[in-house]
Amino acid sequence: MGETNRLLLMGNEAVARAAVDAGVILGSGYPGTPATEILEEFARLGGKAQWAPNEKVALEVGIGVAYAGARMLVAMKHVGVNVAADPLFTAAYTGVTGALVLVSADDPDMHSSQNEQDNRNYSRAAGIPTLEPADAQESYDMFLKAVEISERWGTPVMLRMTTRVCHSKGLVQQNGKIASPQKPHFVHDIPARLMVPGYARPAHRKLRKKLVEIKDWNEASGPNQVFEGSSDLGIITSSVSYLHAREAAPDASICKIGMCYPFPDNFVRNFAKKVKRCVVIEEGDPYLVEYCRYSGIAVEGKDEMYRHGELNVGRVQRILAGDTSTEPVYPPGNPPKLCSDCPHRTISGIMADQQLIVAGDIGCYTLGGLPPLEAMDSCVCMGASIGVGLGLRHALPPEEAKKVVSVIGDSTFVHAGITGLVDMAYNPPPTGHVVIIVDNGTTAMTGLQEHPGTGRTLTHKATRKLSFENLAKAIGLDKVHVIDPVANKEEFDKLLKESLESEELVLIIARRLCSLGAPKLEAYERATGRQGSA
Amino acid sequence: MSTVTNIVFAGLGGQGIIKAADILAEAATASGFDVRQSEVHGMSQRGGSVSSDVRFGEKVYSPMVPPGGADFLVVMDATQVDNFRHRMKEGGLLIEPGLLLGDEYDDIEDLDDDDDTPLTRRNFNIAMLGALSAHLPIDDAVWTEAIKANLPAKVHAENFEVFALGREKAKEA
Repeated sequence: MGETNRLLLMGNEAVARAAVDAGVILGSGYPGTPATEILEEFARLGGKAQWAPNEKVALEVGIGVAYAGARMLVAMKHVGVNVAADPLFTAAYTGVTGALVLVSADDPDMHSSQNEQDNRNYSRAAGIPTLEPADAQESYDMFLKAVEISERWGTPVMLRMTTRVCHSKGLVQQNGKIASPQKPHFVHDIPARLMVPGYARPAHRKLRKKLVEIKDWNEASGPNQVFEGSSDLGIITSSVSYLHAREAAPDASICKIGMCYPFPDNFVRNFAKKVKRCVVIEEGDPYLVEYCRYSGIAVEGKDEMYRHGELNVGRVQRILAGDTSTEPVYPPGNPPKLCSDCPHRTISGIMADQQLIVAGDIGCYTLGGLPPLEAMDSCVCMGASIGVGLGLRHALPPEEAKKVVSVIGDSTFVHAGITGLVDMAYNPPPTGHVVIIVDNGTTAMTGLQEHPGTGRTLTHKATRKLSFENLAKAIGLDKVHVIDPVANKEEFDKLLKESLESEELVLIIARRLCSLGAPKLEAYERATGRQGSA
Repeated sequence: MSTVTNIVFAGLGGQGIIKAADILAEAATASGFDVRQSEVHGMSQRGGSVSSDVRFGEKVYSPMVPPGGADFLVVMDATQVDNFRHRMKEGGLLIEPGLLLGDEYDDIEDLDDDDDTPLTRRNFNIAMLGALSAHLPIDDAVWTEAIKANLPAKVHAENFEVFALGREKAKEA
């Protein structure tokens, strides 16, 4: 590596730099750890980046950009791909003209997520070529490779990262800009893009044919590497697991898979033939193991106990030694907690006192479900609070049903709560329902990102502001209350009690700025030059 | 395998753990080492346990210090020593707040009320980094540049002072 231009970067920062170097015209996504910094850094470097209301919209915008022949970055955490899965599967059929790169940031060990799903399963299910960088340099290189593949075969490409790739720093050498594609313009191609059954059937065949070509390319020229070592032990690996494996078994021969889908089985078979014992080292699901076995390559996988959590050098050594003894348990450390002056603390306290059944959602307020308050009974996915609350109301006997409340944050409400509110108005439970939007004026948990309800863009510039009150009225709700739950604590307590007793449909917007973010958020709002409060 | 130096910084959210790790990683990079740094950024709430791994050497692979592999464990908060002690290797060096606080102060919180010491809660991470620096093969000038690059200009002088103070304390110890 040369001494010039040697930058110490996080994987997320490296992706942003690659996007700039590739001439990506737009980045979109929704905040979520560990992906959030990608778009923020892209904007900081001068790229055009925006937060979408949710990942589905972000990917759809990306599809449009790539239909127009331009280059697009879409970035989200792993569970965001669930939200974007609908357009993803069919975009694989339609293909694209420009480049469409979807960054999926998986979170093995769930450092800040509700599950540890392995998004390589989407690659196979949707037919999306997928690259797995191991570190920051590879994040940079493979983003550029993804752009190249996307344009060459007219297909969306996934860059599958993990927490330890996104948030680990390493030295990165930039390689300079890659040629920009032709100027964006629209070419009518109705059979390719209009997915009605008559056009979708041939489109699916075309996708499968494309994937065979990409597999052949991956076998011969893909970003896969063999590091020759001892013939006694061969390790097949990918992503950050490769780095752990190099260190855990410095003498082993290593087959590093950079592009895991379409799987380069011949490349792997040739490697496996040359070693006496062949072990697959991968985090998460046994994805590479299953492909190897399906392809008739004899490999050892990891014990089921290592499906859970992250790998590290020590765990890789255990896997290689076939050690399935109980792993040592260390102190868990202090969990994060709600700030002492956080408005969610007040609301959780009141819900705990009223002994409610709380269908919760995803945000800082989820911490209200932990001891000592324990004022949240469920957290499933973004927006689920409203649907789950309605379901409980439909099923429980009236006296219990009347205790059910749905609690959702402002950003989460925009992301996936609006349709739940529509269902509440459209199919009201017999005892009514109460939804509280805990509106702290920001996407607090991921680090104070903007959203449509703040009326400011990703870079904090003024834009149109979504009014929850007006939206609720348009949906057909007439009991809509806006209240500061801290300044008017008693009134909030009383309002909540009365709303639950009323057996009507009630929306309470508990509005008070995030205490941690207030100075920053107020400064952003002042800078917009708009009248009125933040 | 080439020799890798493994450092784990630990403490509570808001104590500047990641900032200290950033400065070390930058200083090690400027010294020509291969460097990797890893931490879990996550929820922005304060008060939870936080740690950051920095590794440097001729060639570094894994970004995470292996279990029980830290040559140096720098803990910014006395209450967190027991939570992170398992990260240290046998014979590793623990650098904990008592080294700088001595018998005079029970807690970092007390520093802000005392005008006799340049140490404050806010610059304590840099003082601890100074203590660590006494054991690392990184030049003074490189540390100075790394601190400058990571902190606002108005606090440079104050942080150089506490960095030097930490370094002296470590040499005396």
